Order: sequence, then C-alpha cells, then structure tokens
Amino acid sequence: MKFICLGYFDEAQWDRLSEAEQAALMADCFAYDDELKRSGHFIGGEALQSVKNAATLRYQNGKVTVTDGPFAETKEQLGGILMLEARDLNHAIQLMSHHPGVRSGPFEIRPADEEINAQVNQSKTLETNVY
Amino acid sequence: MNESNSVQRQVDAVYRAESRRVFATLIRLLGDFDLAEEALHEAFAVAMEQWPRDGAPNNPRAWLVSVGRFRAIDTIRRRTRFDASLAELAERIDAAEPDVRADEDVEDDRLRLIFTCCHPSLPQDAQVALTLREVCGLKTEEIASAFLVAPPTLAQRIVRAKAKIRAAGIPYQVPSIEDLPDRLDTVLQVIYLVFNEGYAASSGPSLTRADLSGEAIRLGRLVMELLPNPEVMGLLALMLLQESRRAARTSPEGDLILLADQDRSRWNQAQIAEGRALVQQALSSQQVGPYALQAAIAAVHAEAPSPATTDWTQIVGLYGLLAQIEPSPVVQLNRAVAVAMRDGPQAGLQLLDEILAEGDLANYHLAHAARADLCRRLGETAAARASYQRALELVKQEPERRFLESRLRELV
Repeated sequence: MKFICLGYFDEAQWDRLSEAEQAALMADCFAYDDELKRSGHFIGGEALQSVKNAATLRYQNGKVTVTDGPFAETKEQLGGILMLEARDLNHAIQLMSHHPGVRSGPFEIRPADEEINAQVNQSKTLETNVY
Repeated sequence: MNESNSVQRQVDAVYRAESRRVFATLIRLLGDFDLAEEALHEAFAVAMEQWPRDGAPNNPRAWLVSVGRFRAIDTIRRRTRFDASLAELAERIDAAEPDVRADEDVEDDRLRLIFTCCHPSLPQDAQVALTLREVCGLKTEEIASAFLVAPPTLAQRIVRAKAKIRAAGIPYQVPSIEDLPDRLDTVLQVIYLVFNEGYAASSGPSLTRADLSGEAIRLGRLVMELLPNPEVMGLLALMLLQESRRAARTSPEGDLILLADQDRSRWNQAQIAEGRALVQQALSSQQVGPYALQAAIAAVHAEAPSPATTDWTQIVGLYGLLAQIEPSPVVQLNRAVAVAMRDGPQAGLQLLDEILAEGDLANYHLAHAARADLCRRLGETAAARASYQRALELVKQEPERRFLESRLRELV
C-alpha cells in the first residue's frame, strides 16, 4: 500500500537552531531516508520551502482570490512530504516512528486513495489516445 | 518477463506458506515484533533479487530466517546512529547463533506467537487484533473492515499492545504445564470470538462475515496441529459444524432463516463429517469441556435429516451437562428452548420466565425473542407482541431486526 506522510514542523523553532544543529538534523533525516530507500519503502519525497513563500488560492464569490502565506496560520506547518510503500497502516507507523524528523514535529500518515488514483491514471491514458 | 513472473509467483507462494513461520522465529531471535517484521520484509526483498539469479534455496524457510536475522543485525548497527542504545542489542543478537533448521523449534515459535498475542494482560480487542495481524498475517485495513472500525483505531490498538508486550516484558514462550489450561482458554476465546463475529456479526448490515469465520477455522486448525488437546478439538468441531450451515442460514435477500426452516440439503456435508469425527474424539477424552459439549449439541442438529427428527432429549441432556461445568444464564436459556421443543412451549416458558426473573438476561434480545416465540406458539398474542417489541428495542443487527419485525407483523 502507498502512504503519504506529511511532516509538520515549527518554523520559528527551526530558525532558532544554529546552522550546525540544522545540518545535523537534516543529515539524520537523509540517513534515515536512505534506510527507507535501501529496503524499498521510500517511493519519493519533496521538501517544501518556507511558508513565507506560499501562495494560497481560494474561490470566493465566483472568482479566485490569492493571499500570501499558508492556508492555515498554525504554529506547525507542512515542511515536507514522503511517499512510503508499506504493507499496511501499522507497518507505515512502524517505519515512520524511527524517522528522526518526527522529533521536530508531527507526522500525519495518510493512505493513498488508489480508487481515485486509478481514475486519474485512466484519464491520462485517454488524453494520450486523443492527442 | 515470463521468467520473472514465475519467480515472483514462487516467492509469493513461499510468502503465503512460510512468512508467518519465519516471522514467529524472527521474533524469538530478535526479541522484538517490529524488528522481526522489518527483517521479514528485508529477507523477502533479498529473495526477490537473488532467487531469479541463483535459484531458490533448498530450504527457503531456513534461508529466509538466516537472511532476515543478518539483515536485522545490519539494520540495528546502522540505526545506532539514531539510537546509541541499540549497539548492545546488535551484539547480543549477533552472539546468539541459532539453529534455524530445527522444525520443532519453528513449530514452537508459532505457538509462542499465539500465546504472546493472546496474553491475558492485553485487552481482549487487542488480543484479537494482534492474533489476526501477526499470526494470520491479515493487514490492519482488512481487520478494521471486518470489525467495522476505522483503520487508525485498529492500528493504535496494535501499537499499544506491542508497546505493552515490550514494556511489561511479556515472555515469548509457551506457558508451563500448570498455566497451560488457563492460557489455552484465552487463546480459544480469541478464536471463538473471531468466529462468532463472522458467524453472527454483532452489528452491521449483514448476518454473517465469511472471511472472519474462515480465518477462525484456519486458526483453530493451526492450534489443533500444534496442541491437539480435547478442547481445541471441541472448538474446531463446533466451528466446523456451525459453519456447515452458512449457505442455508440466509435467504438470497440476506434475511435470516431459522434452523427449523433451513434447506438441509444445503448444509456442507464435508464440514459436518469432519466436525462429527472431532466431537467423537473430544468426547472420548478424560476431560470433556464446554467447547466439546457445544460441538456435541451442534452435531445432534447436524445429524437430524429434518427438524422433526431432532433428538431434543439428547440436546436437553447436553445443555444440562454444559450448565454444570459452565453455569451461565445463556446456557440456561438455550436449555429452556430445548425443553420447549421436547416437552412443549408451556414447559419451556415456565423455565424461561424463571431465568428472566434472575435479571441477567433482561437486556439480551434473544431471550425476549425466545419468549415471544413460545408465547406465540401458546396463542398468547399480547404477551408475544410485548416480548417481540422488547427484543426489537435491543437488537442491533439488520437481518435480525427484519426477522423480528416480520414475526411481529404475522401476529394477528
């Protein structure tokens, strides 16, 4: 099964760390990602830039409005996503419990919705057929 | 492409046949459920890579245990980077060189795993979840859907149970002879609970869930193979005999069909034959337990070619024995229903009212449904109506509700 792990962290707290501390934490995370790759559990991942660089779109009164900043003003913000291949939810929990990233903020683990993914993939096929 | 498919199939077949055995042994060698699960995955990943190139090993199970163990030691050593306390663990596991070929040990490992998952210090819902996931190899999502709970709820139950096993230092062992009867009883309770949830789902849209009953019977066979004790035999027999009626128990619309109205030609004769043989064997042992007696009752029903030829005298006698070794109001209720069949509804109703007066079954819908049925047969329509209404207030399952409603409508 495919799981998407959303890694949250407190940007303000992160900014207060020294460069060396930040580097050490990142190195730990990379090393663990390598662990996951080695065992075939890591399907992909993306690190996200600061929420300072985020733009949020909303549809209001018939038009799209853009605001700067994140969708929700919370202390902990999404810092990265990791796509995980695991046997089931307990396996995913087990794998992510050892991830050093969990020490800097919560992880939310969500199973991929394969039904909708299949529909998305099907519509891709249709497009290639048409064009 | 074809060749890699065939290797994939071979690895899949080995996974189905051996993964639970390999896992059970890895838990013993590594001393931890999570490490063992990782090691199992690693071992199969290596198999996928090496077997196509080098051919499958002669003893795949021993190979998988050995590779899993070495991989786990490597993993732990690498993880000391994140957790220094692991270094000592890696050394300890490395130092204990196991003999992974002894079949006896492997079978004992499976039994150890069952007893650990059903340890009395774990709550019963956790025992059930752990047993289905770790012993039967079901996925969290499958167990959650079978028990109609959200996967994260079930996942948490499993995480907590494993943490408890670790924190409380629950040993990975088959209980001693003096503890065995009690501990085995817990295991059998878990299996029967899984079976019953499949046989008569406690809530939800359908009467039965075949997947859970099938899993419980597989578990029963496994315990029987590892520990052929009369009560294990009795439980397996009971499950087979109940299961033999599955096809006849519901209409195509999903409505419930009572025992007396079932098409007996649809009963599964192979399961009945196997169940009856096991009952005979269990009853001939020195200690006859509650499962063997319940199985014997089910066997009497299975043996009757029609409802009218049912040997109710024997059934009343068996319920009497059961009430002696396991006094419970539900057993008394069943005995009262059997007495009604043998001696007529008046005799049954008298007994049933005595039992209801005790108060334990006041909220048990089947007690009121049974009373309603006896009153109906006696022509006491008003009393029957009141009891059906009380049963309807208490029932939680759709097909049972529909059945009670139709009986209530039929009262004129």
